[in-house]
Amino acid sequence: MTSPISRWHARQPIAFLIFAAVVWFALYQTLDPAAEAVVAALPVDRSSHLGGALQFFLYDTPKVLMLLTGVVFVMGMINSYFTPERTRAMLAGRTEGVANVMAASLGIVTPFCSCSAVPLFIGFVQAGVPLGVTFSFLISAPMVNEVALTLLFGMFGWKVALLYMGLGLSVAIVAGWVIGRLKMEAYLEDWVRDMPRMAAQFEDTGMTLADRIQCGFASVREIVGKVWPYILVGIAVGAGIHSYVPEDYMASFMGREAWWSVPLAVIIGVPMYTNAAGVIPIVQALLAKGAALGTVLAFMMSVIALSLPEMIILRKVLKLRLIVTFVTIVATGILLVGYVFNAVL
Amino acid sequence: MDIKVLGTGCANCKNTIALIDQVARAKGVSIELSKVEELRDIMGYGVMSTPGVVINGKVVHAGGVPSREKIEQWLTAS
Repeated sequence: MTSPISRWHARQPIAFLIFAAVVWFALYQTLDPAAEAVVAALPVDRSSHLGGALQFFLYDTPKVLMLLTGVVFVMGMINSYFTPERTRAMLAGRTEGVANVMAASLGIVTPFCSCSAVPLFIGFVQAGVPLGVTFSFLISAPMVNEVALTLLFGMFGWKVALLYMGLGLSVAIVAGWVIGRLKMEAYLEDWVRDMPRMAAQFEDTGMTLADRIQCGFASVREIVGKVWPYILVGIAVGAGIHSYVPEDYMASFMGREAWWSVPLAVIIGVPMYTNAAGVIPIVQALLAKGAALGTVLAFMMSVIALSLPEMIILRKVLKLRLIVTFVTIVATGILLVGYVFNAVL
Repeated sequence: MDIKVLGTGCANCKNTIALIDQVARAKGVSIELSKVEELRDIMGYGVMSTPGVVINGKVVHAGGVPSREKIEQWLTAS
């Protein structure tokens, strides 16, 4: 990149960040009036179903995309401080308990591609990170991530996002701790156990602020570039349902009165394989039709945290019994989350 | 020069191979490009996050598709 802007962020990174933040907030403030103005200019009645749906779509789409771009950019910069190697060095040699909490929290900020799950797993174990702590990280990293949280915040408000984060972390911490208590090291594949132990070292890459801004841009390109179609579909579905479908349509079979809806949501969710963004349209549709929040969040967690393809790759390093234990414990945790949610709210 | 791409075969790994190949052709540098997909071998390089890139036996990159600029640097440096 050799555009004037990219050279400017390299020369004066702090000024660039402040300027970008101001522009972002100014734009964000104008979204609502802008959407109203566009709808007013169109030949539809604002108080009609179509008018309501249009306003919802025209306001929510740029809002969620702007939120996502902002958060992904900042997270891209934060991620550059937390490489997997550094996270491993922070966790190596710690005893369980506090380390489970650390591992689950580090899972949020450590960049992580789902195809890296297995190499990461082995790398952690090899450096002496306890098995249960490794699992805490492995459960939290894909499930509690900035894309899921931002989308939940943008579409359903900060309470839902915060609850999802708190409960996701709890599942990761408790499930990892339980797996640690079960002492299942013997159920690692033999070649993994026999690998030479190595020290957890990491080289500080000595990045400058300008480099980190570059990382921010790169993750916006990569993540926002990939998930925007899902978001469009999700909001379009939301806008349609918002105005047309009666609220309690789903309530009869996915409302909180139906006790079996939570296990059903988890059972349907596990074999499904998609990322946080892909599941959002479904979540949007279910919630808008009156499905209970706990049931829907349990569904979302099981889709993201447990997937069949992941199990097949994990089979290369774990014996079947450990995989079954892992799935059972995490699924039970998600089930509890669903029930607690439905009971409390 | 000998370049190995470490990865279990996900989309990012394939993109990395394609990008390195493309840059090498564009610069007219002759390289020996191969991929390492066996987990045991990947771990042998001490790489945890894939895709990783190994040039002449030395790990130069791990965790994500490298940028075009970075690849150009590698190919120029040797």
